[in-house]
Amino acid sequence: MPEITYRDALKAGLREEMLRDERVFIMGEDVGLNWGGAFKVTKGLAEEFGEDRVRDTPISENTIAGAAVGAAITGLIPVAEIMFGDLITLAMDQVCNQAAKMRYMFGGQTSVPLVLRSVFGGGKNIASHHSQSLESWFMHTPGLKIAVPAFAYDVKGLIKTAIRDPDPVMFFEHKLVYDRKEEVPDEDYTIPFGEAKVRREGADVTVWGTFFMLHKALEVADELEKEGISVEVIDPRTLAPLDTKTLIDSVKKTGRLVLVTEETKTGATTAEVAAIVQEEAFDWLDAPIKRVNAPDTPVPFSPPLENFFVPDNKRIAQAIRDIV
Amino acid sequence: MTVDKKTLKELFTRTLKVRRFEEKVWDLFGENLVPGTLHLYLGQEAVAAGVTTALKKTDWIQSTHRGHGHVVAKGADMNAALAELLGKESGSCKGKGGSMHITQFDVGVLGATGVVASGLPIAVGAALSCQMRGTKDVVACFFGDGASNNGTFGESLNMSAIWNLPLIWIVENNLYAMGTPIKMMCPSASIAQRADGYCIPNVVVDGNNALDVYEATVEAVKRARAGEGPTLIECQTYRMKGHSRFDQAKYRPEDEAKQWLSEERDAVRIIRQIAIEQGALTEKEAEKIDAKISKEVDKTGEFAKKSEYPNPEDALTDVFAEVL
Repeated sequence: MPEITYRDALKAGLREEMLRDERVFIMGEDVGLNWGGAFKVTKGLAEEFGEDRVRDTPISENTIAGAAVGAAITGLIPVAEIMFGDLITLAMDQVCNQAAKMRYMFGGQTSVPLVLRSVFGGGKNIASHHSQSLESWFMHTPGLKIAVPAFAYDVKGLIKTAIRDPDPVMFFEHKLVYDRKEEVPDEDYTIPFGEAKVRREGADVTVWGTFFMLHKALEVADELEKEGISVEVIDPRTLAPLDTKTLIDSVKKTGRLVLVTEETKTGATTAEVAAIVQEEAFDWLDAPIKRVNAPDTPVPFSPPLENFFVPDNKRIAQAIRDIV
Repeated sequence: MTVDKKTLKELFTRTLKVRRFEEKVWDLFGENLVPGTLHLYLGQEAVAAGVTTALKKTDWIQSTHRGHGHVVAKGADMNAALAELLGKESGSCKGKGGSMHITQFDVGVLGATGVVASGLPIAVGAALSCQMRGTKDVVACFFGDGASNNGTFGESLNMSAIWNLPLIWIVENNLYAMGTPIKMMCPSASIAQRADGYCIPNVVVDGNNALDVYEATVEAVKRARAGEGPTLIECQTYRMKGHSRFDQAKYRPEDEAKQWLSEERDAVRIIRQIAIEQGALTEKEAEKIDAKISKEVDKTGEFAKKSEYPNPEDALTDVFAEVL
């Protein structure tokens, strides 16, 4: 099986879906011929499918998202891209008031089969408007599905599921994983939403996390193995629907839980997950649930500041040691 | 433009139908049967009647928070429309939407929205969908004078122009955004001239004259179907009531209100007179049509009143296509 990057796996998923279903089209700022997407995910697709189906837009985020809504409810399957997750703030009405609510407030008359792709995360020294991790905002909005792939194999299978889903899907990527390689099959496959993956089995403590923090947690797990601490690592893969069963089963086995994301701490997805676990597995917990997040500040620019902001291996390891 | 007799009669009928429907809503509101708030379309009937008479059933309209008239004029089932306003299970949105989300998708209503100016991006997407799918259908997007000061106005007009979309922008300028006069909030003499900046042909018409609205829309539809792009039509009109439920519109100068609300400016009277003068209608026929519509609307009122409220647990359905 070929090893390809997360970027190429995502592109392959998009391409295969566009070949499979002519209703699928891509729109966004600089996704087309001249640039191929700010992170080059769509590079080459405009050449193959034409500029109608891989459509450059003006810098009009609210209308990009709204046009995706309008296209979705009238027979197309748009995959809209918002260049940076931070810029979804400009499209919040269309995402949260329209896409998320249409099926409900119109009593089931309408389906909104759109995918909105965007990218979160720090580590690139691009400061407060290009580095945030805002996934919890959307987890707080009923009516949206949320995919958070962190691995190349998953990103291909999940984008296909997203495109084939009848409901609006927020498809979030992470800047630091685009170049990571993994074995990815050439053929068509999908990954169901709401199925977490146990990335590493362990007996002493469960670590649940998303995006780049998963890669760090796996490194930490290898290090701690040498100290005799056995770490289980769980990747939810989608936040809505959220696979609580895999997590609860793991907590029942290990009795300990560390939650790790790059979000600022207050109101993060980790807070919700901690609440679910104490509701459903309180009696199995042998220690308080630990959260490892960014501090409650904007994302800073300067490398030492940003390195302090984004949780590192040391902080993850310390949180684990604290409760084991 | 010569307008045939059948069309003149239809313009009269639709204008009157919207009037009688809204009067029924007002009566039921008086009986305290309409929960929440409502934004009545009384006074603006000629706009919805003129625009929708120029459209086919498969063409789309995007509505606003003041949407009852749009939906009824587009041919909605009045029983389902009125039942929705009363929050009944037989309502078109099963009681989940109410006045601000009154929608009947199967007659070509994309949706009514509670967020001013949020319909414009959705109309862009629907028009893009018509264009990409090659259906030859067009989209008419209603919005008010107030919405023309929102960012989506610029974003969406621009996108419709660069992509040459089959879209008709219908500004219902009723002179007030809630209580704020448009004169205070718009530097130009008309809203229509703002479209010049986006190279969109535009025209100002008497929004209380269904024939004027119809003729302008026919021209715009012709351009849109021929692939010649969007048009903006500013329909100048006036609310008979206040903005919402308890607003008595005391902020409107007496002279202005007197002139706009005079018998000569009444939308039903204007199209009635035109139709009679042009031999499309006799006084007797007009009365007959009125009696028929009034009877139908009365029956609709009975249907809505008799309909059941939804089961409380129904609040949990229609969030996603399948329950997660």
